[in-house]
Amino acid sequence: MTDVKGHEVTQMVETQEAPATTGGQLAGLEARGIHAWFDKHHALEDINLFFPANTVTGLIGPSGCGKSTFLRILNRMHEFIPRAAMAGEVLLHDADIYDPSVNPAEIRLKIGMVFQKPNPFPAMTIAENVSAGLKLAKLKVSNRDELVEDCLTRAGLWKEVKDRLDAKGGSLSGGQQQRLCIARALAVNPEVLLMDEPCSALDPGSTLRIEETIGELSKTMTIVIVTHNMQQAARVSDRCAFFLADGGPGRLIESGLTSHMFTTPTDKRTEDYVQGRFG
Amino acid sequence: MGTALGDGTASRAPEKRVIVAQASRGDRVFRGIVAAGALSSLVLLGLIALFLIVRSGEIFGRFGLDFIFSSDWTAGAEADGSDSTFGVWAMLVGTVLVSLIAVIVALPLAVGAALFIEFYLPERLRSTVRMLVDISAAVPSVVYGLWAVSIFSGAASSWGEILHRFAGWFPLFGVENEQYDRSPFVAGLVLAIMITPIITSVSREVFSRTPPDLVNASYALGGSRWGAIRNVVLPYGSSGVVGGTMLGLGRALGETVAVYLVLNLVFKPNLRILESQGGNVASLIATKFGEASEYEIKALLAAGFVLFILTMTVNMAATYIVQKSSPLES
Amino acid sequence: MTDIDLQPIPTPIRPWRVTPRRVAPQIALALGGTLVAMAVVLLTPLAGFDGWLLIFVPVSIVGGYLLARGKGAVATTDAMVANTVVLVAGVAFYPIVSLLWTVITQGLDALLNWNFISSDMRISGPDDELNMGGAAHALIGTLMMVVIATVITLPLGVLTAVYVTEVRGRLRVVVRFIIQSMSGVPSIVAGLFIYSTVVMGMNRFSGLAGGLALAILMLPTVARTAEEVLKLVPDDLRSASYALGAPQWRTTLFVVLPTVRSGIVTSGILGVARIAGETAPLLLTASYFTATTFSPTEGPVASLPVFTFNLLQSGTEYSFARAWACSLLLLLAVFVLFTVARGLSGRDKR
Repeated sequence: MTDVKGHEVTQMVETQEAPATTGGQLAGLEARGIHAWFDKHHALEDINLFFPANTVTGLIGPSGCGKSTFLRILNRMHEFIPRAAMAGEVLLHDADIYDPSVNPAEIRLKIGMVFQKPNPFPAMTIAENVSAGLKLAKLKVSNRDELVEDCLTRAGLWKEVKDRLDAKGGSLSGGQQQRLCIARALAVNPEVLLMDEPCSALDPGSTLRIEETIGELSKTMTIVIVTHNMQQAARVSDRCAFFLADGGPGRLIESGLTSHMFTTPTDKRTEDYVQGRFG
Repeated sequence: MGTALGDGTASRAPEKRVIVAQASRGDRVFRGIVAAGALSSLVLLGLIALFLIVRSGEIFGRFGLDFIFSSDWTAGAEADGSDSTFGVWAMLVGTVLVSLIAVIVALPLAVGAALFIEFYLPERLRSTVRMLVDISAAVPSVVYGLWAVSIFSGAASSWGEILHRFAGWFPLFGVENEQYDRSPFVAGLVLAIMITPIITSVSREVFSRTPPDLVNASYALGGSRWGAIRNVVLPYGSSGVVGGTMLGLGRALGETVAVYLVLNLVFKPNLRILESQGGNVASLIATKFGEASEYEIKALLAAGFVLFILTMTVNMAATYIVQKSSPLES
Repeated sequence: MTDIDLQPIPTPIRPWRVTPRRVAPQIALALGGTLVAMAVVLLTPLAGFDGWLLIFVPVSIVGGYLLARGKGAVATTDAMVANTVVLVAGVAFYPIVSLLWTVITQGLDALLNWNFISSDMRISGPDDELNMGGAAHALIGTLMMVVIATVITLPLGVLTAVYVTEVRGRLRVVVRFIIQSMSGVPSIVAGLFIYSTVVMGMNRFSGLAGGLALAILMLPTVARTAEEVLKLVPDDLRSASYALGAPQWRTTLFVVLPTVRSGIVTSGILGVARIAGETAPLLLTASYFTATTFSPTEGPVASLPVFTFNLLQSGTEYSFARAWACSLLLLLAVFVLFTVARGLSGRDKR
């Protein structure tokens, strides 16, 4: 677990163990020359972006600029949209996740995702929701209760639900449901966590809780978050990438450290966007 | 006077106003007509029960519970029926037996076919196959009967023979006469083929309505296609599958023509499914109706009433179960 | 940013697409299984399609397991389930395809004679060849009874749907429950009911009695489909009408119902498809008559399903040919009705 080669693509499944936290060295995620199409519509053009390990990267830009599409390409969720196509490669540990020999399910195990709308499994209890990923991937875990507690704690939900772990996931409030979804994603111990506007459907209080959670999580994983909210991007992210469609396909206009992007952007359009002149 | 806070009246919550809307005369007439139309179904269902029981009251009065629990069906020559005996027990046993065979065979086939259409079939073929299934669900039973008589029943009886040869020690599969055709097994399979498209059609519809959010969640956690089906699609669609199955069961319980054509009508309760004897209430009515005396017609109406009660019970129970077991209730 | 524009745009690819190369092992397995099963059928007492299937299913399941092995527990289970689902679906579809195929091939024999549509069985018997007699009487009878049933059911069904979705009357839960239960009334019971009332009252079989029996079976289908259709009308539309000061009856009649006109027609079509082939209730109410009749009240009337049923029982070669042709007519009717319904169902949404 100490060097890059140690993380073979199959290792996660073959070890049949899901440690609660990882002490191993993380590698970043790299997107090279990414294009996306929906049928004939060219949605994304030539995106090159590197996500260093243990950083939070915010993807910002007006709606329709392709940032969510880009996010879905990063863990192979893009292919569930009928007639979608892509080009380019996404490298995790220097291996292309779109290689024909790769099992996409195993990729999604390593690159987790939290969606815009909270989507806990309604028929499962809170505890079952957290461990749903383990069940789906047939991972064995020595102490399930401990793992559930650990994941809920890291997602900032443990104190609120510890007395009703057997309640249905759907009985929680919207903000709690979203944190439950984060806990669920953590349980399979992903190396990268993708978040698609996780707070857009939530109240300010819940948003704050989730932003705190993101800060904690970045110590153990790489996070990519799509957000509409400039203040949020400034608060939670270390790096930012600005996407813009401008009539044609979405393009990456500028990327870099969040502090630079918000104070001294090189591109005029970035400056206009982060200062709220459009979008 | 100046300290209104203290006396309690000032801080009392205001009473809720009840909003009363006086409907216009046009609306009152309109609602009356609509309600009358809607309640016609209620009246109709009541009338069906009423007329069947009134016209057959004589039979229930004379035979009582024996009409249900005895299996003798003898129509005598006397106009007052004094030399006739009627009992539908064998037919009731046959009805339930044949329908159970049909559901046990059809349910796994239908769920498999529904999953295949929604999750395994390439998308461009999907709408064609959906339409094929919907059409099959609407194919008249007399066409299924014709196909069964000329094409299917030969094959089905030979399967029955094989089943008897390898599992004949099991009481259900024993036989007295080695004939194998026109048995409850054959009739059950024909009904299974008839109701498979019905169950498939309903199940497919609920499967296709699974919220995509939940399917995505399952995939994003590293779940396989089967993982998504087992954890999301099946729990979500189970009440729909139950509903479709009950619809199919109802159709099987009341099926007349197809059963008439492929099953030997024998007035003896028979649970050996490969034996060439059985029957069901509906085919009894169709068989005896043509040459029935006025008195026997009353017995057939009584049999119809029993069938009506049986199917209504199953149907209402099904409606109840479906409403109860919906996973998204809360 | 012109330098980006100058970059060549790569070809779109779908790396997840199932390519022939990737499913080559599965195709090889299916072919191998087919051949093995055929060999077993040829060399052993197992015979025919049943024997073939009996060998093919286990061979393909075991072979599928061997192919999927070693990719991890999840992937193996997934592949095994996929194999099983495909096999089960094949078994489920086989009888349906066999039935459709047989009806089409056997039915054309008699149907290709013009007289099958144009003449009745008044002077023809079961032993007459296919160039004599036909199903005209049954076609006209079925048409007559379907029209009677539709004229009665469509208004009642729409009223029921309006009661449940628009008026939202106090008894709407009960009405929905009753409609749901009514769809489970066995067709022969509907026939018995009309027999015990109309036929016994008029003292004769008639097309009217047949139409009434069919109406009982058609009502639940029409009411439920119409209800589904009315539910699709957005509430904004009703609010807009109320905000203009329109009373409920005007809103329903001139705003809600016109927007779902083709949906209402669809509900009628699906109802007709449900009853066009019903045999049992007509045996007890309309009975059968060999000649063409146009009067719905003056005695028995033929129908396609009852004609088919009678042909089957006379059992001669020509009778069977005519029965297949009637079945083909019924199938064609169902097909046309469904195609029209599907064409209409897209219209209201927009």
